[in-house]
This record gives sequence, C-alpha cells and structure tokens, in this order.
Amino acid sequence: MATLLEMRGITKTFPGVRALDDVTFSVREGEIHALVGENGAGKSTLMKVLSGVYPHGTYEGDIVYDGEVMAFGGIADSERRGIIIIHQELALVPLLSIAENIFLGNERATAGVISWQETNARAQELLRKVGLREAPQTQVDRIGVGKQQLVEIAKALSKDVRLLILDEPTAALSESDSQALLDLILELKAQGVTSIIISHKLNEVRRVADSITVLRDGATVATRDARTEPVTEDRIVRDMVGRSMENRYPARTRRAGDVLFEVRNWNVTHPDHAERQVVRDVSLHVRRGEVVGIAGLMGAGRTELAMSVFGRSYGRNITGTVAVGGRTVDTSSVARAIGAGLAYVTEDRKELGLVLEESVQKNVTLANLPKVATGGVLRQEDETRVAEDYRRAMNIRTPSVFQQVMNLSGGNQQKVVLSKWLFAGPEVLILDEPTRGIDVGAKFEIYNIINDLSKDGKGVLMISSEMPELLGMCDRIYVMNEGAFVGELTAAEASQERIMSLIVTD
Amino acid sequence: MTHTASDAARGAATRGWAAYFGTHMRDYGLLFALIAIMAFFQAVTDGTLLRPVNITNLFLQNSYIIIMALGMLIVIVGGNIDLSVGSVMGFVGALAAVMIVEWGLPVGVTILLCLGAGILIGAAQGYWVAYWKIPSFIVTLAGMLVFRGASLWLLEGQSVGPFPRSFQALSTGFVPDLFGVDRPNVTALAVGVVAVMAILWMGLRKRARNRAYGIEDEPAAFFALRNAIIAGACLFLIWKLSTFRGLPNVLITMGVLTIVYAFLTEKTVLGRRIYALGGNAKAAKLSGIATERLAFLTFVNMGFLAALAGLVFAARLNTATPKAGFGMELDVIAAVFIGGASMSGGVGKIVGAVVGAFIMGVMNNGMSIMGIGIDYQQMIKGLVLLAAVIFDVYNKQKQG
Ligand SMILES: Nc1ncnc2c1ncn2[C@@H]1O[C@H](COP(=O)(O)OP(=O)(O)OP(=O)(O)O)[C@@H](O)[C@H]1O
Ligand SMILES: [Mg+2]
Repeated sequence: MATLLEMRGITKTFPGVRALDDVTFSVREGEIHALVGENGAGKSTLMKVLSGVYPHGTYEGDIVYDGEVMAFGGIADSERRGIIIIHQELALVPLLSIAENIFLGNERATAGVISWQETNARAQELLRKVGLREAPQTQVDRIGVGKQQLVEIAKALSKDVRLLILDEPTAALSESDSQALLDLILELKAQGVTSIIISHKLNEVRRVADSITVLRDGATVATRDARTEPVTEDRIVRDMVGRSMENRYPARTRRAGDVLFEVRNWNVTHPDHAERQVVRDVSLHVRRGEVVGIAGLMGAGRTELAMSVFGRSYGRNITGTVAVGGRTVDTSSVARAIGAGLAYVTEDRKELGLVLEESVQKNVTLANLPKVATGGVLRQEDETRVAEDYRRAMNIRTPSVFQQVMNLSGGNQQKVVLSKWLFAGPEVLILDEPTRGIDVGAKFEIYNIINDLSKDGKGVLMISSEMPELLGMCDRIYVMNEGAFVGELTAAEASQERIMSLIVTD
Repeated sequence: MTHTASDAARGAATRGWAAYFGTHMRDYGLLFALIAIMAFFQAVTDGTLLRPVNITNLFLQNSYIIIMALGMLIVIVGGNIDLSVGSVMGFVGALAAVMIVEWGLPVGVTILLCLGAGILIGAAQGYWVAYWKIPSFIVTLAGMLVFRGASLWLLEGQSVGPFPRSFQALSTGFVPDLFGVDRPNVTALAVGVVAVMAILWMGLRKRARNRAYGIEDEPAAFFALRNAIIAGACLFLIWKLSTFRGLPNVLITMGVLTIVYAFLTEKTVLGRRIYALGGNAKAAKLSGIATERLAFLTFVNMGFLAALAGLVFAARLNTATPKAGFGMELDVIAAVFIGGASMSGGVGKIVGAVVGAFIMGVMNNGMSIMGIGIDYQQMIKGLVLLAAVIFDVYNKQKQG
C-alpha cells in the first residue's frame, strides 16, 4: 500500500516545553493508524501540526502528503486536501441544529442564500451513512455525547474526507456507543478513508488498528504493524511506559469498617422539566475503607445523583437525607457539603472542574483556600509548596506549577482536578469518571491513590463507564438504570454479564 | 518533551532578552505607553504638561476616574460590567449638595450618608445580577438611566453649590508640611522616598521568590531598567509636587485605595475567589465558593467607590450639576480595558487599571492644553482604546 502521509523530523516547542522532538510518523493509504502514548506525550500536538492548527513556520520538519511537501497556513488549507480533524474536545455549536452544524462554514447556499431543503436532505443522507437516527433539525444539545461524536463524523464526511483524525473519540462514550463508533470507522476504511485514531483504550486500539505508533516524551518510540505481527496490549504498554505492567489494578487489602456515608430515599427531578424524575428513591451507603462503584449506561442518572447530593448542584425538588459518620448532615450548598466531608470530582473537567486561564497552583488550592491562608491573607509560599507536592505525587507534567492549566495535556488536567479535591481533605470522595482520558500508567497511579484513601479509612464512591475498572477496583457495585438502583453486587458476584443483565431485565 | 527547571533556564538563556521581552510585552507595553504619551505631550505642549501646577491638576482631574476604575476592575474580573457608575457618581454628588446646601446637614454626616447611599445603590443592582442572574449589562443600563433622571430630579435641573471649605478639602485640600519647610514640601518628599523604597523592596522580594522556585526570570538588566524608570518617574513627580503645594489629599486617598485593592485582589482569599468566579463561575461554585454573594459584593463595593468618586468630584467643582458624570462610565471602563482586563472576566490587575486611567487622563489633559477640540479628543481616545485591545489580542495569538 502506498504511503499517504509522512511527517519527518517534526519538532514543536512551547515556552519552557519541547512538546515534540524530531518525530517521524508515517501513515499508509487506506489503513487505520493508532497513535498512543502517555498523557503529555505529544499526540494531540502532533495532530495539530498535521492539520494546520499550528501553521507552517511554527514548527520544524516536513509534512509530506500524497507525495508533496505541505505548508498549511491553517485548518482551511488542510481541509481542502481532505485532512479533517475531530478534536479531543467536541466543537459543535450546541444551539444550532444537527444539519446546521454539519454544514457550518460550508453552507449549502447559492449567492449567500441558504437552501434549507438541500441542507437538510444532504444532512439526512450523511446521518444515514454514520448510522445516526435523528432528524437533521434536532438541536445538538438535545442529543447525547455519543451521538454528537457521530455528528462530528458526518460533518467530516460532508467535506470529502480522505484522512480522518480522531483525538480520543471514545473517551466520553459508553461501551456500546464506542463500539458503534469503531464499527463506523472500520466501515469508512472499507470505503477507502484513511484514519488516525488517538486513544488510551488499548483494547479498542487492538480491535481496529492496522498500525500502531507509540510516542513517548515527544519522540517516536516504535511503529508496529498489526497485520504482520500480533501486537498485544502488553507490548503497547511496554512501548508506552518503558516497562511491563503485570497488573492493571493494584492490590488492596479489603477491610470495610463502620458505615461512613449514607444516602437515603434520594429523589431528584429535572431542573427544567418538573415532571421528569431523574433520580428515583435511591439509597446507598459506603463504609470506611470501602470503594463502592455505580455502574450504569450513559444517562442512567449517576452524575445527576452525585451532583444533587453534592450541594444540590443539579436538579430540583430534591428530597432525601445524607448522613456522614452516622449523623445527618446538611449538604444544601457546596460549601456545606465540603464542610461535611464530601468531595466530588467532576466528569467534565473543562466546564466544571478547572479555571483554565489560571495556573496549576491556583487550581489545586481553590477548594480549600483557608488552609493556605491566615486571616484571609494567602501564604503564597505555602501555596506553592502544596502545589509542588501534588505535582510530584500525581506526576503532573508541566514546566512549573505556575503554568496555565489550559496549556496542559488533557490527562494532566485531569490530575490537577484530582489534586484539588485531595487537597480539600475529604472523608468521602465521589469520583465521576476519574480516569477519563488518562493513560494506563497514570490510571495505575490514580488507583493507588484510591487505595491509599481507603487504607486511611476514607470512603470512595466511584462512577465509571469502564466496567473493567469498576470490577477491578470496587468492593461493591450498585447498578443504576433510568434513575433507580436496580441491583447491588459484591466484588465476588460482579461480572460484566451480571451487570448488563441487571440493566437489561429492569 | 523536557521539563526540568535547568532546561527551562537554559532555554531562557538561549532565547535571550528579545524573547523574554516578546512574551512579557504587555507588562512593559503599558508602562512604556504611558511614558511615551507623557513625553509626547510634554514636547508638544512646550513643557506645560509636567509643570507642578499641571501635575497637581492631573491628579485632581483623574482622581474620581481612578477611584471608580478600582471598583470597575473588580466587577469586570468577576465577569460583569457596571454601566451605571457615571450616573451614580453624579447622583451622589447631587445628594451631597442637597444635604449640605439645602438641608444644612454637617459635612461629616453628609459624607457618611452619601457613602451609605452608594452602598445601597450597589446592593440594589448587585442583587438582581447576582441572585436573579439578570445580565449586569441590562441591570446597570437601567441603573444608568434611573440615576441620570434621579440627579435631574434631585437638583430640579439647577446647579447647587457652593460647598463649605471643609467639604472642598476632600478634593482640593493639601497635606500640610509637617516639617514646616513648605517649599519644597518635605513631607511630600519623605512620603515619595518611602514609597519608592517600598516599591523597590517588593520588586526585589518577588524576584528572589521567583528564583527560589525556578520560574523564568526577568533578565537583571530589564529588572534594573524597569525599576529605575519607575523610581525616577515617581521621584520626579513628587519633587514637582513638593515645589507647588505638596501632596493633594486626594492623592493620598487614591494611593491608599490602590494599595488596599491591589493587596485585596492579589494576596487574599477573597481576591483569589473573585478571579475564579470570573474565570469559570461553574467550577468556582463546585469548589464551594459562594459565587452569588461574591458577585453581589463586587457591586456593593463598586457602589461605595462610585459614591466616594461622586463626593470627590463635587468637592472639586464646588458645585453639583445635573449633568455631572454623564458618560464618565465609558472613561472608567476604557481605563480598565486599556489596563489589560478581559471582557470575559477572570483577567486583569489593579495596577493595570490605574495606569490605564492615567493614560486616558494624560491624553485628556494634554489634548486640552493643546487646544484640541472635544470632537477630535473623543475620536483619538476611542482609537487608543481599540489599539490597546488589539495589541493584547495580537500578543496572545503570537504566543498561542
Ligand atoms: N499551548 C501550549 N502551551 C504550552 N505547552 C503546551 C501547549 N500545548 C501543549 N503543551 C504541552 O505539550 C505537551 C504535549 O501535549 P499534548 O496535548 O500533545 O499531549 P497528549 O499526548 O495529547 O496528552 P493527553 O493524552 O493527555 O491528551 C504537554 O506537556 C503539554 O503541557
Ligand atoms: Mg491529547
């Protein structure tokens, strides 16, 4: 097969950071090429160089595409050549319709007047191609992330895509949505579209990739051809982190104490539609030293449950009681919930977790400023020391704790959010998709931290869409479906099949 | 990807001064812009700009803008805006005039009541913005109209004045020379020298701290040059003031307020939370910050400062007129944006806003001395605001 793309000697620096160092990367026509590596290895940066987000002249090295040296001045240039990137963060306009989003910047118009018939008809066609059954007129914020991801792909297809770049497309998707997406990419391959896919989910990589390139610390470690040699997950991990990882989940001595955290008869309705009950009569408890999971499909109401408990940050008409250490506590505001010993690590770090323009240090201390202040005046030396400690403990890759969080890679941003809540010193830590977008090595570190918390007698409540993670980490798993708990399994009883069957038979 | 401190340091050394200057253009740009503008007007006004009388005048003329810019910066950092400050300022001035001249209330009581009125006005507007989530643009636009009308109504369309001397002293009074020399005013000189030493000391301390944490450092020559310019400029201005009537009372007020607010925004929990609120209100809320109360407080504070500005303004003109403060909010907002604040909140510094206000003030003053018509003045000021913001955006893009 012919080489479609060759990136030679790519070097890209930011102030204080060499993100890419003489990277070589080549992709053959018609294949699915996976790009993997630790958080901050430079994957997203490499793809931004390729697609013209960082224009020609801001990096060193050559991009040879289709036999010619390219000098893209911006995304428009690369799109004209059929290179389409779907970024780590979705870029749809929430208040516009699916069809409007698909043709945004590429409107079906004559002399500036849009033909809505053509727009919607063409959109319908594209939606059929990507297997999305929604009306083209549907507003984008009405459909889930999984479907939004499909809209992004439909948008790419509308531009005659030849090389499709997907940066962590399945990070926020449920198991079944991920499967559907991967199937679609395989189907596009059959139609001759070449894809580059970035992912931390190595099982997916193994499933679809024809070749796998591993980046480490901004340099290419290896490119492996999955068609000529069998590439195991362990092989990939060894390339990524430089050592073998026997276990994905660190061992923990399980020792559950008294009941620490208890929620009783919790009910929540939708903030805008009072008739829609989002959480229905949920009761749960977490013992000291216990790690408890909540499994469920996307939209089961897990995040809504957690956020409504944590300072009524979601929903209306909330009823029920929360107890910590046997005493009923008031969690009606976030400050009170924190005071009662709760912490909630959000699944949506950009929107709800971080102040992106502020430094790592200021984000880490934000939820517990009084601890680094005397009489309301900040002790800045202490603040820096705290941030440095977490940087080391969590292995956050940043030139300094004064770096703006928006300049960190996705996975490292996640570690900043976690640090913030660890610094708040909670008794009960509620984790919502804590390892989303995090590499295998860092996941292991986070699991270790969870285990340490449990060893200290804290309680951990973990929401995750990755079932292996729940099965590997939890002592007990609640299964949630359509707002209600439909089952509870101990670690010994739990399996992927049991959980799914509880959901399906509900 | 290399991340160690020594690498960063090596990188900084090889990239050199030019690169450092490039990435910190904004910080230097503002200072140099002010100096360049002053030099320009000093030249074209044949030295009138920096005459002792005129320097004193400059401070008096801009005091109320600066006082309000302090509050406006905080409101804008918090992610809101206040369009009503000009009208509120005028209204409070009118209120003071009515209380003192028509009702015969004592000056002290009047000042307290007027500041209280400002706080109430701020609270009334902040309440709708913070707790009802009504956009601040709309609430304060309404406030602007309401208090414009209220001043007219209160004064019945007439000017009211004059004020007793004790009230005028708010603005046009001077600190007497405690050493009794008077020309030059030794108190003024002493205050100036102490202030300059404090600035230098704080600069050195910050530099040492940066060193300790291995942050990319300002090249020594830059540091020295920048501080020499600041110190030189301060001493020069103080010397000029001391040969006239000494330190205006209002300069002391301004100086103290600037220090207090700079401290508040940069070194306290409260300040940090306001930046977080403006940077990402949802994340701040989920971090346990009482975002509503915080937004409310920024408006209460703005009302207080607008009232103070109103008193200073009335005292300076020695009369309250129904049109006082018309359009002043625009100068205040412009000063804050020239000073580097971001429209979307979360970014901006007190010192920037003060320098921004001086840039506007020097231009107003210089162009008036030159006899440039108000028509051209407005156009030029508008273009300077636009240029400052374009410069900001350009710098950001170059770095991104
Ligand atoms: N605009 C920027 N300014 C400064 N540093 C940056 C910028 N963008 C990226 N970096 C740095 O470059 C490095 C590579 O980042 P990149 O986003 O490419 O990582 P990644 O491999 O995609 O990681 P992840 O899996 O976490 O998404 C990181 O150390 C990051 O901090
Ligand atoms: Mg990335």
